[in-house]
Amino acid sequence: MSTLTTPPDAGPEPDSGLLAPETEGLEEKGERRRGRRGFLIGAPSLAYLVLFFAIPLGIVLVYSFATRSRTGLTILGDWNLDSYQRLADSLVLEIFWRSLWLAGLSTIICLLLGYPLAYYLATRPPRLRAVLLVLVMIPFWSNFLVRTYAWRVLLASDGPMSGVLGWIGLGDVRLLFTPFAITLGLVYGFLPFMILPLYASIERLDFSLVEAARDLYGSGWQAFRRVTWPLSRPGVIAGSILVFIPSFGAYVTPEILGGSRTTMIGSYVVRQFLSARDWPFGSALSFAILAVMLGAAVLYFRSGGKNL
Amino acid sequence: MSALDAGASSGPVSDAAHPRRAVDRLLAGNAWLVFAFLYAPILVLVVLSFNSNRIVGVWQEPTLRWYRDLLQDQAVLRSLKNSLIVAAVSTTVATVLGTAAALSLERFRYRGQRLFDGLLYLPVIIPDVTMAVMMLLFFVQAFDLILIATGTSPNLGLGTISLSHIAFNISFVAIVVRARLAGLDRSLEEAAADLYASSWQAFRRVTLPLIAPGVLGGALLALTLSLDDVVITSFVSGPGSTTLPVYVFGLVRRGVTPLINAVSVVMLVGSMLLVIASLIVQRQRND
Repeated sequence: MSTLTTPPDAGPEPDSGLLAPETEGLEEKGERRRGRRGFLIGAPSLAYLVLFFAIPLGIVLVYSFATRSRTGLTILGDWNLDSYQRLADSLVLEIFWRSLWLAGLSTIICLLLGYPLAYYLATRPPRLRAVLLVLVMIPFWSNFLVRTYAWRVLLASDGPMSGVLGWIGLGDVRLLFTPFAITLGLVYGFLPFMILPLYASIERLDFSLVEAARDLYGSGWQAFRRVTWPLSRPGVIAGSILVFIPSFGAYVTPEILGGSRTTMIGSYVVRQFLSARDWPFGSALSFAILAVMLGAAVLYFRSGGKNL
Repeated sequence: MSALDAGASSGPVSDAAHPRRAVDRLLAGNAWLVFAFLYAPILVLVVLSFNSNRIVGVWQEPTLRWYRDLLQDQAVLRSLKNSLIVAAVSTTVATVLGTAAALSLERFRYRGQRLFDGLLYLPVIIPDVTMAVMMLLFFVQAFDLILIATGTSPNLGLGTISLSHIAFNISFVAIVVRARLAGLDRSLEEAAADLYASSWQAFRRVTLPLIAPGVLGGALLALTLSLDDVVITSFVSGPGSTTLPVYVFGLVRRGVTPLINAVSVVMLVGSMLLVIASLIVQRQRND
């Protein structure tokens, strides 16, 4: 849980205006010296992130304006917007919408399964709550590839699920390599991302407010609708974003559980680099993913969320 | 304590108690369902890894054969070794850098801090695929520059994989350590300073022991993430530097085999043990 709760916000800057005028110079100097030491402690990490994260991000941006030669090399220098224009191709748009749709659907399913579970967890006695929470955390950090692979085994045409379906008389339904399989895999992979922030915000909720609503003759549904739900909204939004972003850019899940007709944008990006060798276009696609991600993040901060 | 219990037992609204108990039962049912959903596939995979039949879905009899095969599979062993090297290197470096970043952001105030803060969170939320593309293009460009400057160029391999893993692990370590730091009583550190401890002494003797569970928890998390990564690694690995998840991913795309089941279970158990260790360590209070 600790990994999901942001440390409290940086807080106000030291307010030097409140200091007595005669000590102001000294205090400020000390404060600044302390600040400089703090910066030096963080400097190596900051430098690392600039070199191995910020600069790479910039390089992708530069590449997205470059041209692909006919042999698949990237020509830096002939800058243009061709790669971005290709984002409007019908094939690309189809993949883009499919990714949005599958990610959105997975997010909603996660919310429908996760909200009641988080509520249940938050209203258990502390000891049981701790145990159940650990049970949610374990799959959260367990090997993602293997957890996705498990569904490949389960959904295979000679696998256990087909057996169950055949037994209840549904017969030959193909499960693997369908949008259904991808959605299932995404929900399975990212459900804990939804549960944990939801739990964090419901647990913090003051239940006496719910009781007050009931005392004032609100129905259970009204109390939920008017009190519990609005108060847990930050968790709903944080969880939705944490599920939506990785689902939208997913690569492993659609590769293992999806088929050739269910390509998602993550796989499409990888294809540009590992087989089509069209790096400028792949870079532009990566930025499209980033744009969606940033859009989701802005939405999150607009709604006043804080506990990512 | 909970609203649900209170509602179910309070007198005046007793006619409302029935739907509440029904709601409570529904909640419990949903919880069982979700936990079954989370764990059943894993259990099925574990059971099937002991199936002697080559057709994975059809049970024959229990066997350890696939695990024995695994121990003799050179490709699996080689990629496991690569994974362990990368995980050890990236975890060590990321733990030091991540802890330093956490201290710097949580204990000091300076200009530009917000920017640093933002940069630290990006690797956590950025999709794997985007980060993979970033690292690949960065190394290609950097190698071009090195080639021009020195006449020889390094190759993609364990080095580039480790550098990339450090880049995302710093953030995860920093988040875990910050959570720990935020919950600490600052007066202990101040007391050390009042007693004329140098800032290094205060850190070494007071702060570090107090945040140790966070640091260790973060390190274990970094280890897990490094051992799990597929996408970023496959972009920045060269010939002969395949890690275990990348190798297994390649096999999985071709289909389901008993051998993959066995490797999967080994990887799953390994990562679960690390997670449980991380949770236990983080839970420790400083008494």
